Amino acid sequence: MRASMRRGLSTAVAALLVGGLAAACGGDDGSSGDGKVELTVDVFGEPGYEELYKQYEASHPNVTIKQRKVSSLDDFKPRIQQWMATGSGAGDVVMLEEGILPLYMQQPDKFVNLFDHGGKELEQNFVSWKWQAGVTPDGKQLVGLGTDVGALAMCYRTDLFDKAGLPTERDKVSELWPTWDDYLKVGQDFQSKMKDSKWLDGPTAVWRVTVLQQAGAGPGHSYFDKSNELVFSTNPAVKSSFDTALKFEQNKLTADMSIFTPPWQTALKRDTFATVPCPSWMLGGIKEFSGDYGKGKWDVAAVPGGSGYWGGSWLAVPKQTDHAKEAAELAKFLTSPEGQVGAFKAANVFPSSPQAAKDPAVAEAKDEYFNNAPVGEIFGEMVAKAQPVYLGPKNEDVRQAVENVLISVGQGKVDAGEAWNKAVEEAEKAAR
Amino acid sequence: MTTDLRAGRKHSRPAPGDPGRRPRPTWRGRLAKLDVKASPYAFISPFYIVFLIFGLFPLGFTLWVSLHDWGLASGTREWVGLDNYDYLLTDSDFWHATVNTIGIFVMATIPQLLIALFIANALNRRIRMPTLFRIGMVAPLVTSTAAVSIVFTQMFDTDWGMINWAIGLVGIDPIDWSAGRGWSWVAIAMMVNWRWIGYNALIYLAAMQSIPRDLYEAAAIDGASRTRQFWQITVPMLRPTVIFTVIISTIGGLQLFTEPVLFSVRTPNNMDGGALHQFQTITMYMYDNAFGSDRYGYGAAVAWALFMMIIVFSLINFLIVRRTGGTK
Repeated sequence: MRASMRRGLSTAVAALLVGGLAAACGGDDGSSGDGKVELTVDVFGEPGYEELYKQYEASHPNVTIKQRKVSSLDDFKPRIQQWMATGSGAGDVVMLEEGILPLYMQQPDKFVNLFDHGGKELEQNFVSWKWQAGVTPDGKQLVGLGTDVGALAMCYRTDLFDKAGLPTERDKVSELWPTWDDYLKVGQDFQSKMKDSKWLDGPTAVWRVTVLQQAGAGPGHSYFDKSNELVFSTNPAVKSSFDTALKFEQNKLTADMSIFTPPWQTALKRDTFATVPCPSWMLGGIKEFSGDYGKGKWDVAAVPGGSGYWGGSWLAVPKQTDHAKEAAELAKFLTSPEGQVGAFKAANVFPSSPQAAKDPAVAEAKDEYFNNAPVGEIFGEMVAKAQPVYLGPKNEDVRQAVENVLISVGQGKVDAGEAWNKAVEEAEKAAR
Repeated sequence: MTTDLRAGRKHSRPAPGDPGRRPRPTWRGRLAKLDVKASPYAFISPFYIVFLIFGLFPLGFTLWVSLHDWGLASGTREWVGLDNYDYLLTDSDFWHATVNTIGIFVMATIPQLLIALFIANALNRRIRMPTLFRIGMVAPLVTSTAAVSIVFTQMFDTDWGMINWAIGLVGIDPIDWSAGRGWSWVAIAMMVNWRWIGYNALIYLAAMQSIPRDLYEAAAIDGASRTRQFWQITVPMLRPTVIFTVIISTIGGLQLFTEPVLFSVRTPNNMDGGALHQFQTITMYMYDNAFGSDRYGYGAAVAWALFMMIIVFSLINFLIVRRTGGTK
């Protein structure tokens, strides 16, 4: 659920400007002496937990749950940094996205060891790599329990496909593009017939998806190897993904937008682009920004280039909590198979639990907004096949720096021939 | 520090062995003494105490942080001495941000103060409903910066912005406002100007009202035109006020943050100031390092560099304005 649901920038700025103050004001311990406990859960985006809280409160009369939600990951990051650095202000349960989890894995002592709270026997509840990512390298501490996995698909506009003379039926569409090269060719065909719409949203989503796919299929790491050395310029998976993303720019097939930015949100209410790579959490974003305009126009097909995933989070319990035991119980509940099914129903976030993925509520789920696409089936297949990718602590910084290079190629400010060298240079600066 | 409490003794110390000659100061007398000596300090202390806690301490602590390799998220905290400053001097991104900041500052401040001056002059005439117009001038100031920036950013949007639509009507090709360095500076400077012109105009107006009328009358009798009166009476008399506004604008301009952050709508990270950092200001660079890239120590070094820069700039400004004002 990366940075999902941006609700306009004003919240972002408000969070920036008062973040420091707000973060410092969350430190009441929430116990009121009569065995009653108030637990605070810090999340970002749209995790879909509201119903689950009600269930949990009903079965645990002594617990009340308060959720603090920030709309985007970018606003969430500085807040959690302050809480962790100052040792106060964090909720009893916090959500760590895959990009920031490695950052906090560097100081696991700031978090409660969930092995001490019966975490050991939960291992079979998660796909193995999701579980492993939440455990420290020495295997002694369980920092976080997996929530969702951003299984990949490709969302496309049936009406625009129809206009361009392409098939609109999702299985036929999936057959159009087994590989990214095929997807590029279909794109060129589309672009030659359509003047006012672009083939895809921009270079950044494609770049993120292909890096994770290629790294998963190949070395198992992207910008950093497992010892956190920058291997950006030497990792073939990175180079080929970069070239793929660049090709779309060179062929002028993209609208040069970056997901969840305001222009991208606006574009969803128009016919600006016909396809966008879709991790499961992206569906919620499209629904929100495309709204009534896009209802029934979008559909979901397979992603080119095989399986993969993008995004997903973990729940952790900061050591600063006064209710480690209760907080750990809540985290266990929210990440349990039934908890993940509940979250999927509410917010389309695909479970990282095989049991939950097999649950009829997930496996047979169809999404009305997307022409009743069998989202449970599409994403389920992907998760089963996805290969984990190791992300270093500086992964996000490198990613952003390289995305900027791709965007500036689209804006005509950087020559495509120079782009790779510039990307390497920017990556090195970002990783220092 | 010792204080002689033996009030107003005219003669020198009594010889030893001559006890009792010295009147012991009474408790009440001592209090009275203390009242006279210490109470002024007590009265001015609130500001200094607050400044110490919220001004000086953070300043010192930031300096302390800047001498470390310090990560909030990673938990690293190593003493590195002046390494951060060493890197900063050759950090092309930092200097790039500095050039941006100064460029936007110049583009925003000079027109802003000139326009404010002319507007103040216009408002200083006899007009109908003067209060309404004067209040109207400061309306932009009471709107939230974030709201203003969001609206302006939408107006300057490349594909769907009002401004490109308007210039399209007169046959000019749409401008990609946020992609290029120059245009993005123009757009941001416009936001800043819109917000602060009225504020400065009001300050100038207040100063103009205190210029004695008889100067103008005398000049008018001597046959000076209105324009000449403006340049030869109003402007010189406003010099201290101009110095004030210039310094305040400098401090504000070099700390420009909200407008460019909200203008960065096309990159995933809105602290980047565009894909090539074409309008990334120093404060954005500082924030991005400290909180985005987990280089808290380096961010602190950038903060100190900015602090120094503001002091130097304010001094230069002060000197320039003083020189151009001629001698009184």
